[in-house]
Amino acid sequence: MSVLPRPSPKLAQAAAFSLLWMAAGAVILPAAAVLGIMFYKGGRAITWTMLTSVEEGLLPAIAGTAALVALTAFISAPLGVGAAVYLSEYARGGALVRLIRLAIVNLAGVPSVVYGLFGLALFVTVLQFGRCLLAGACTMALLVLPLVVTASEEALRQVPSRLREASYALGATRWQTVRRVVLPNALPGIMTGMILSVGRAAGETAPILFTAAFFSLTRPFPKSVLDPIVALPYQLFVMATEAPGVAEAEKWATAAVLVVLVLGLNLVAVMFRARLRRVRRW
Amino acid sequence: MIPAGETERKVRSGAGRRREWLIGRAIQASGAAAIVFVVLIFAFLLRDALPLLRTTSVGEMLAGRSWLPTSEPAQFGLLPLLLGSLYVTAGALVIAVPLGLAAAAFISEVAPGWMQEILKPTVEMLATIPSVVFGFLGLMLIGPWLAEVLNLPVPLFAGLGSLMLAFMAMPTIVSVSEDAIRAVPMSLRENSLALGATRWQTIRRVVVPAARSGIIAGVLLGLGRAIGETMTVLMVTGNAAVIPEGLEGFLRPVRTLTATIAGEMGETAYATPHYHALFMIGLMLFVITFLVNAIADAAIRRSAGASR
Amino acid sequence: MSDEGKEMIERPEGEIKLEARHVSLHYDSFRALTDISVSVPARRITALIGPSGCGKSSFLRCFNRMNDLIPSARVEGEVTLDGMDVYGGEVDVPELRKRVGMVFQSPNPFPMSIYDNAAYGPRLHGVQERSALDEIVEKSLRGAALWDEVKDTLRKSALDLSGGQQQRLSIARVLAVEPEVLLMDEPCSALDPTATFKIEELMLELKERYTIVIVTHNMYQASRVSQYTGFFLLGELIEYGSTVQLFENPKDRRTDDYVRGRFG
Repeated sequence: MSVLPRPSPKLAQAAAFSLLWMAAGAVILPAAAVLGIMFYKGGRAITWTMLTSVEEGLLPAIAGTAALVALTAFISAPLGVGAAVYLSEYARGGALVRLIRLAIVNLAGVPSVVYGLFGLALFVTVLQFGRCLLAGACTMALLVLPLVVTASEEALRQVPSRLREASYALGATRWQTVRRVVLPNALPGIMTGMILSVGRAAGETAPILFTAAFFSLTRPFPKSVLDPIVALPYQLFVMATEAPGVAEAEKWATAAVLVVLVLGLNLVAVMFRARLRRVRRW
Repeated sequence: MIPAGETERKVRSGAGRRREWLIGRAIQASGAAAIVFVVLIFAFLLRDALPLLRTTSVGEMLAGRSWLPTSEPAQFGLLPLLLGSLYVTAGALVIAVPLGLAAAAFISEVAPGWMQEILKPTVEMLATIPSVVFGFLGLMLIGPWLAEVLNLPVPLFAGLGSLMLAFMAMPTIVSVSEDAIRAVPMSLRENSLALGATRWQTIRRVVVPAARSGIIAGVLLGLGRAIGETMTVLMVTGNAAVIPEGLEGFLRPVRTLTATIAGEMGETAYATPHYHALFMIGLMLFVITFLVNAIADAAIRRSAGASR
Repeated sequence: MSDEGKEMIERPEGEIKLEARHVSLHYDSFRALTDISVSVPARRITALIGPSGCGKSSFLRCFNRMNDLIPSARVEGEVTLDGMDVYGGEVDVPELRKRVGMVFQSPNPFPMSIYDNAAYGPRLHGVQERSALDEIVEKSLRGAALWDEVKDTLRKSALDLSGGQQQRLSIARVLAVEPEVLLMDEPCSALDPTATFKIEELMLELKERYTIVIVTHNMYQASRVSQYTGFFLLGELIEYGSTVQLFENPKDRRTDDYVRGRFG
């Protein structure tokens, strides 16, 4: 056997690798192009009045979305972080833990429209909240719950056990250790998870379709949590499909604002997480 | 930051211990809450779906060829919707799986380091774009363009849904598959190369088979995402509850299960058969996605434990 | 190298299979090997000994260019196989690795059947025919003294074999590509004494047909199986000569200290 070059495997590799390059291009380039077009068309139409005006602008939608995600975070945080604390610090394995994890995996996979149905059945109808901010936030909180739990649990697990051991060795109880040592150190990671869930909640439409959102020019802002709201994703949906006579430029602008909001939140979370990894204090 | 002295004494006292116990219970409750929610969702879906069976049998629903909920008498045949979902989802997977796997292999094995650093976050960002935006882009940009290129009468059709869904499912497939590929131990690659294999031969014959479980899990998760997608398909597939036929069906409007719920619930009165029918669809979706995600999760667990 | 230094490095009689001339290896700015020159005789077992971390494995990997996998690695000097420069421009590296095979420290069977592990190499070559593959698989498994133990369970997963069996499978896997040289990087360090014994016996059989270079931290193993031994210390080749001479009458004081167990 000589060491002369064999054409076949090298050629096959060259061909295969070019196909892989093309595949990667086929995924990235169209996405980039389309998004570029959207930002271009949308960017041109965004004006300050558009963002802040009530009648023809996006202020109600932005405010509504802000209220929605804030209330969602408020509801999902204690539940989600509590569950994560349980899984990471208290649980001893066994059937209950496996069941809980299975339930979380399940919740993560439920289609958003099914959450909408559930919200309609429970919060709107049975609990008689009606179509309102509260019902929407409760529904959305359920949807983002798996995200919060997963991110928080990961953050808690990152805290090294020697810190816990040191605490216990000094006579602390479990809750004291969690509250004084584990949680404070896991807080940045937990916040990353919350930011990600806020980003998710800001962009979802189906859960609020029948539980919270409406399209109205007469009642742009909710007066209480029991009032319905205008939300960005729903606004975009209605503009694109139902409302006649909306200028095309406005539609692009709304889309661009929504994407900037969601991408911005996610970018903040990602950068936050990356910085965390670099600035480890242990 | 650690309690000592006075606080310690407080803890040992009855009040402190009771407080500790209460907190422990509360935390356990929030853990168990996840299970409670799953059960609740299932229960409420069931509650509002079962009444349909008073008027329509399961067989009638699954095999019924007409979905006419507002006609007299109402017909709740799911076949057009089931096939609509099937077409759109299958089409999405046909596009997303090969492209997604190729992209995953590219990112983890071929792309130079700096490119990896850019591509991974980019793909993850793509996953966060709201579905209503995908629907919007399909409706305003891609649909009309494709309709012109393919000479279609209506710029809303199943294939467009498949295309948009493919780009929504792909980030999931790419992420999970890429993790699985990365998890294959370096020693396996070294052994293959030491036997005289090229990098491509190593990828194809050793790395990808070894990452098989994780890749399947990624595909299943992508499938779950595609099945459950609502807003995108609502906006671009045309929402005609007709039974699609043959490959041509991809170029015609269809309606998916998810779009049906989202599109019709707004105008449906409470506790009517139509209302119950929509909940029945919701129940079906819940069960289907539960199964798909449970299998995917088991596969991920297996691939993580089996990298010997 | 000084004249005195050259005396420490013996040149074996007879056919030389592998040669290194003034080889140095850098990982970025760290120098792992300094000016190594040695001739490896054909169809003998050559052992490389020395304390851990002194570059023996890195040196071994120069012969089949596995160091290419490490981006920061830089090789200087000349490495030849049958007189041909291994780092030359026209060298087809996968081809090189078929001629110069490697067995690693931890047995690493592919997660496939025993048969598929052994057939992996030939399939890369393009051998597709079942009968041809069967023949090669049997030949290599026999060559690795594993055939009798697995001939009835070839379809079973290779991961089910014992550590010693897996290592012999790794050897069979390499034999199946019909190399001329076997580089063995601490092949027995993960095995129990019985398995180690079997592999050492196998090595003595294999040397009739293959040139073997083995890195080992076990001096007794080196003295048992090899005909030539090189002693490495901190990236330098201190002494190289016939095994008998190096162990019983080392020329360098440091070699003497090491083989008497005064450090390690």
